[in-house]
Amino acid sequence: MTDTIYRENILDHFRNPRNFGPLTGADASHTEANELCGDRIEMQVKYATDKGKQTIDEIKFQGEGCAIAVASASLLTDHVKGKSVTEVRTMDAGNITKLLGIPLTPSRLKCALLSLEALHKTLDLVKNSSK
Amino acid sequence: MNIPSVKKDFPIFKRKINKKPIIYLDSSASSLKPQSVVDAINDYYTRFSVNIFRGVYTLSEEATARYEEARNETASFIGAGNPSEVVFVRNASEAMNLVASSWGRQNVKKGDEIVSTVMEHHANIVPWQEIAKEKGAKVKYFDITSDGYLDTRNLDALITKKTVMVCLTHISNVLGTINPIRQLVKKIKTLNPKTLVLVDAAQSVPHMNINVGDLGCDFLAFSGHKMLGPTGIGILWGRYDLLDSIPPYQFGGDMIKEVHLYGSTYKEPPHKFEAGTPHISGAIGLGAACKYLKKIGMENVRNHEKELTRYALSGLSTIKNLTVYGPKDSNDKGGVLAFSLKGIHPHDLASILNSDNVCVRSGHHCAMPLHERLGLPATTRASLYIYNDEEDVDALVEGVNKAKKIFGI
Repeated sequence: MTDTIYRENILDHFRNPRNFGPLTGADASHTEANELCGDRIEMQVKYATDKGKQTIDEIKFQGEGCAIAVASASLLTDHVKGKSVTEVRTMDAGNITKLLGIPLTPSRLKCALLSLEALHKTLDLVKNSSK
Repeated sequence: MNIPSVKKDFPIFKRKINKKPIIYLDSSASSLKPQSVVDAINDYYTRFSVNIFRGVYTLSEEATARYEEARNETASFIGAGNPSEVVFVRNASEAMNLVASSWGRQNVKKGDEIVSTVMEHHANIVPWQEIAKEKGAKVKYFDITSDGYLDTRNLDALITKKTVMVCLTHISNVLGTINPIRQLVKKIKTLNPKTLVLVDAAQSVPHMNINVGDLGCDFLAFSGHKMLGPTGIGILWGRYDLLDSIPPYQFGGDMIKEVHLYGSTYKEPPHKFEAGTPHISGAIGLGAACKYLKKIGMENVRNHEKELTRYALSGLSTIKNLTVYGPKDSNDKGGVLAFSLKGIHPHDLASILNSDNVCVRSGHHCAMPLHERLGLPATTRASLYIYNDEEDVDALVEGVNKAKKIFGI
């Protein structure tokens, strides 16, 4: 049924989201919600320092939402593991669309970006508190 | 009612998206437009697109006559004996805001009570919250029963001698519940004769015969774009003596009698509330919409939707794990069907339906308190109008089953 955006990989990431669950000993966490539809994503991150650069060592998410929001969070968390915080900070809608691999209308793009927003705000928390 | 000929009157149906026809089930959000309404609007812009009231020249007289003719047409459509009780505003939301800001500021005092309902559209809740905050008044709410009817068991307790205004929707834009306005108004005014009633008729005027005298309410609001008319035009109907007693909403041109540097006087209703150049083409379009609906007959409109709602309820009931909210009796339900499907988020459902051009809405439908009350963040809503038929409902049911297949539930 490829006339919809619900390709097999999207449904797979929705039904079996990767990195889903609580992260014990997280360095920072933030929840982003879209009250309009009930989508809610909480990001939790643990950092490591690699050659002086801060990287994302472990990352997990929790929450609920539509297939696009959940699949996006699943793909995003997989993608950023081990990456530098600086690089992740520069990620934008284009990166998310590429990860999902499907065309998104403006209204569904909002769903897809929820996890990135939550992640960016999580990273901001550490930035504000660290030296 | 002959459905194929009604669809033919709506030019949008000529359009195909991805080679498939449009199946429009979102008339609660906005209705499609018949050619006659489009023609009336174009007529203004091509043949007499000038300002009203201001000119002695022929074109202006023509435009003025057409604008006021639309007012008369609309007044007759809702059974208002006096066209001066019909105020042109932008939409139902503005109509309700006008009442809250004009009547509300003048009349609501500290300790007063305003009663609304948990099934109201935000436009009949938020303006009153603001006035209550400003004046130190209290807002109370009718609850709903488990099947989505208005819970009036505590009517006697809700309506007190402090109640100044009751805000009621005629037909819920989520549950489809048709509230018995006439009986409610009678009961309310027996308990407190001074209490006024404002009816949100946005979902009822387009779909059934309305007579403001019969309903007995004091103010009534509706939108043109939900009844085959253009966007940007709506109506506040109010009892003349009330409109006469409350202050203007906006000030400036056309609503004045005289302006001097140190004082001005205002016109009478309705012009008192129509400052500046109005949405002339909008009013003319609304007049044309009233004419079109009158020709079909509002009894026929209601009967058609009642039958189709019954058909839709029956079709949706065959789908496992699908819950329809609100009354299940089509006699008590307007053609509004909000539902949820276990395991599929409303956004995903609406997206899949869209792949076959089935247009429904997903979200809270400007009724967050209602969704909170139902314990849901969002629902999917299909709504019916004169151009819908059983095939449209079949497409909806098919689409929902397709979504279930895709998600494997």
